[in-house]
Amino acid sequence: MKQAIKAAEAAELIPDGSTLLIGGFMGIGSPHRLINAIVDRGISNLTVVANDTAMPGRGIGKLVTSGCLTRVVASHIGLNPETQQKMISGEIDVELVPQGTLVERIRAAGVGLGGILTPTGLGTLVEEGKQIVTVSGRDFLLEEPIHGDFALIAAHQADYVGNLEYSLTAHNFNPIMALAGKTVIAEPQTIVPIGVISPDSVKTPGILVDHLLERQPDGS
Amino acid sequence: MEAKEIIARRVAQEIEPDTLVNLGIGLPSMVANYLPKEVHVFFQAENGVIGLGARPPEGMEDPDLTDAGGGFVTAVPGAASIDSAMSFGLIRGGHLDMTVLGGLQVDERGYLANWMIPGKMVPGMGGAMDLVAGAKHVIVAMVHTARGKPKILRECNLPLTARRRVSLIVTEMAVIEPTEDGLVLKEVGPGASVDDVISATEAKLIVQGDVPKMSLFSES
Repeated sequence: MKQAIKAAEAAELIPDGSTLLIGGFMGIGSPHRLINAIVDRGISNLTVVANDTAMPGRGIGKLVTSGCLTRVVASHIGLNPETQQKMISGEIDVELVPQGTLVERIRAAGVGLGGILTPTGLGTLVEEGKQIVTVSGRDFLLEEPIHGDFALIAAHQADYVGNLEYSLTAHNFNPIMALAGKTVIAEPQTIVPIGVISPDSVKTPGILVDHLLERQPDGS
Repeated sequence: MEAKEIIARRVAQEIEPDTLVNLGIGLPSMVANYLPKEVHVFFQAENGVIGLGARPPEGMEDPDLTDAGGGFVTAVPGAASIDSAMSFGLIRGGHLDMTVLGGLQVDERGYLANWMIPGKMVPGMGGAMDLVAGAKHVIVAMVHTARGKPKILRECNLPLTARRRVSLIVTEMAVIEPTEDGLVLKEVGPGASVDDVISATEAKLIVQGDVPKMSLFSES
């Protein structure tokens, strides 16, 4: 049985300088209440690993605006001109990673692998500084795992032990990131009694979840 | 007919029934509008849905169901929602029959550049590198020239998306197939002659006999 905590309490757990894995794709399936709480607390010097930085005023875009971030690891920043400006001015260091490679690097960290071998990025700028490994005559890039101090997960619903179920395209990076954070904070829209989520529907077992945010308050 | 419509109509004819197809954002997404009704395919959006459907009526949007551009969509009967690891596993693992992508440049080797203009536009590669590295067929759908300058070059001078020969290039002026021997001019667009295409193309084109006109209406 988990204790449901408030977003502000969750933000108190996160020290300056942490690496955060944050779920979401253009803000869909992002933990919006946790993001707001981080902005409110003014945590600094954060590294964010996420698919994208959404857009100004939405999801991870709020963290970009707030000045909380010094480093971003993402596959796409094209719809957030502010991330691009801060990258050019040197305020935020940005590492661009192909989307499929990004999710597998996070998965590798979460499932105890020393890295992954992928054909993606061969012969491109992504290859620079990386080891090429030949397996059965075919070249692959060796890509290293990405660990997080925290994984901030958005879920459709949780039960009292923290089992998580996701909805449609709001899955995206969430179930993978839930494996790869030292501390996992899940933000469900609703919390239901044990048994309501069928074992077959659980995508993230509750044993991975350290902290559960209280259900979304009414009217938000 | 506008250039983009010509391109989208022609690309639609390349789509085989009962396949899995990923359409990029922008011009490539228009291809779905010109698919003959009797051709059933599943469209994948890499953010996590197989069986992408049309835009929902206003007020009926599901906040957890979008395409890879973040626009609201529906899901067709038989659809499946998946996480990003599964989505890119399908792409890299050879389970995606076709991807249609926009292009900044393509060269005589059939190599595509479509993800950045150094110093000007650095949006990130998103899923493009995985799609080009992994899809069975890669179709580049783009206008033939940019501000009068050729986009089909001897060698790309923008950073490559992958070191892989794409399957087909479709523009409003031509259908071009990259082969081991070079770029073969397969069809010319409405109102264009072979000489027009050659003069709008920097790369050497292989012209074999009479080049047929592009047919824009599906015969089936």
